[in-house]
Amino acid sequence: MKKFTLALAIFLSSFFFSLGLSAAAGAPCGNYLSSDGSTKGECEEAYINPKDKASLQRGAQIYMNYCLGCHSLKYARYKRVSEDLEIPLDMFQANLIFGDQKMGDLIQIGMDSKEAKQWFGNTPPDLTLEAGLRGADWIYTYLTSFYIDDSRPLGVNNKVYENVGMPHVLIDMQGIQRSVCKQIPLIASNGGLKQDPLSGELLTGEKCGFLEVDNNSGELNPEEFAQAMLDLTNFLAYMTDPMKVERESIGTYTLLYLFVFTMLSYLLYREFKKDLH
Amino acid sequence: MVTRIMNWFDDRLPLTATIERHLTKYPAPINMNIWYLAGVLLVVVLVIQLASGIWLLMNYEATAEGAFASIQYIMRDVEYGYIIRYMHTTGASAFFALIYLHMFRGMMYGSYQKPRELLWVLGWLTYVLLCALGFTGYVLPWGQMSFWAAQVILSLVGSIPVFGEELLTWIRGDYLISGITLNRLFAFHVVLLPLALIAVVFVHILALHEVGSNNPDGVDVKKFKDEDGVPLDTKPFFPYDVMHDLYAIGVFLIFFVTIMFFYPDGGGYVIEYVNYEAADNLKTPEHIVPSWYYTPFYAMLRAVTFPLFGLSAKFLGFVVMAAGIAIFVALPWLDRSPVKSIKYKGIYSKFFLALFVVSFFVLGYLGSVTSTPGRTLAAQIFTVTYFAYFFLMPFYSKYEKCKPVPDRVSLS
Repeated sequence: MKKFTLALAIFLSSFFFSLGLSAAAGAPCGNYLSSDGSTKGECEEAYINPKDKASLQRGAQIYMNYCLGCHSLKYARYKRVSEDLEIPLDMFQANLIFGDQKMGDLIQIGMDSKEAKQWFGNTPPDLTLEAGLRGADWIYTYLTSFYIDDSRPLGVNNKVYENVGMPHVLIDMQGIQRSVCKQIPLIASNGGLKQDPLSGELLTGEKCGFLEVDNNSGELNPEEFAQAMLDLTNFLAYMTDPMKVERESIGTYTLLYLFVFTMLSYLLYREFKKDLH
Repeated sequence: MVTRIMNWFDDRLPLTATIERHLTKYPAPINMNIWYLAGVLLVVVLVIQLASGIWLLMNYEATAEGAFASIQYIMRDVEYGYIIRYMHTTGASAFFALIYLHMFRGMMYGSYQKPRELLWVLGWLTYVLLCALGFTGYVLPWGQMSFWAAQVILSLVGSIPVFGEELLTWIRGDYLISGITLNRLFAFHVVLLPLALIAVVFVHILALHEVGSNNPDGVDVKKFKDEDGVPLDTKPFFPYDVMHDLYAIGVFLIFFVTIMFFYPDGGGYVIEYVNYEAADNLKTPEHIVPSWYYTPFYAMLRAVTFPLFGLSAKFLGFVVMAAGIAIFVALPWLDRSPVKSIKYKGIYSKFFLALFVVSFFVLGYLGSVTSTPGRTLAAQIFTVTYFAYFFLMPFYSKYEKCKPVPDRVSLS
């Protein structure tokens, strides 16, 4: 019986372990090539922090100015955003609400979805829950992966979402980004860098699909742009899960209570157990 | 005073008798182990689901146009609505995790054997009702996965020969999955199925208290009684088991709350990521997977890839899948072993039970990933081994050599 239980336990733990490994695989980010050329299709990690109010405020500013024209946030309300992000009501109303919408309104847009479908080939999706659907890493990588492609009707393409119908709205901010080829060091079969056996020089090979921004073509330098996109990603992650901070703090108190409860009930159980022996 | 109040009630209702029968004098075997906790935890989860369900119902809108938005309304605008919803979604997964453990306990210790056949059948019925509740509830948020899971599962009805298509239209109430389908699944989920579940659980517990709890040794504790007629190897359920259970509930809630507040998506298992997108009947998700608790049966459905006797592969898959769920009910009559507990059963019973567990998990994994020819073959093999546990049981349980069972429970 002991052996039976043990064997089952070993099987189950190895099973769940392998399940965890297999879940990590997959290529969610399309043709995106990492900056050192080692991985393709893996998203960049978006280091965002839901407690960083300044980042969220900057993200909201970018969203309201650049994205809201086409992408609604129709399950969320202006007022909640202004409260959660600690943006004073009057300032929010003056700078982040356009048209005659009220603070208590859902964040809708005026664009007609049928017409939008004709213009872009697809209706631009509502983005309230996009971070839940695709994950923050995906959004961040997508936002930074637009590049010039003259074969596309809008002149741009995206590495993460090939042939996407969306224009590069932030091109003024980022500048001209191109997909380029680079000479990169070859990797030998043992995992090290490949060297010329005679001269010892590193061998290189050409690899295409790297993203490079033309110098000084945008309003922001690459670091500033990356930060701006992190802010925007942070804002969208907040949109999907606005209660994350509050939820985790309530959760912590609930757990503390349960630890005390469980401890007391254990002591009680131990007292009663004495009767039985 | 208290005695007078109790007397007043006792003259009109068997109050004291009921309390004694089900709590203070219900004899629980002293050697019950950790596996016996799943039952009480299931009752806890049932209460969680009923309570959170009622509050969700206060704000949910059962229309194709409004369902998805009303969930977000609950998540964002209703005070602590997200806690109520996460409680319900986490509760759904906990319900299945626990009922699988509970069923496995019964299989391990032969809790379905005489005189507990009816108890087992009633328990199986709660499982079937739970499957139906899980499915109907999953459709209600009206996300992409809700819609397409409903599409896939209901379309199985359409594979029934001759009148399948018409039956399907009748069940859907429409020519495709629509708001009408949503409405009827909603009615089942909030009225019919929970009512039936509560009734069956109630009778399940009544039946349990009639025949008494089994124990890890599978011996009859009622054989030896003291001079008062109380079985020797038992303790009163209240207070001893209740105190024990209270402690167990605490530990369980720590896990439950951790998922609920910190990992409400459960890595895509508790709430699937695809369901963050509203239902769209023109856009099929890349791959449709059911909730984790149905994946073993989904793998069986997909394992049948060939038509037979003029019946379509889809229909046969449907039959195999339904049989995978239905077969549990036959266990009391498949087991011919003279002993109950796996502790004293022979090597074959142990082997086949282990094989069953392995098959169940492997099928569960296969049902959650996209199928490839290799995976389909694996699913076919493990479907066969899954059923082998049941269909070969009359033979291996009868002819194997069992260990002698002690007269009284053993405490290790």
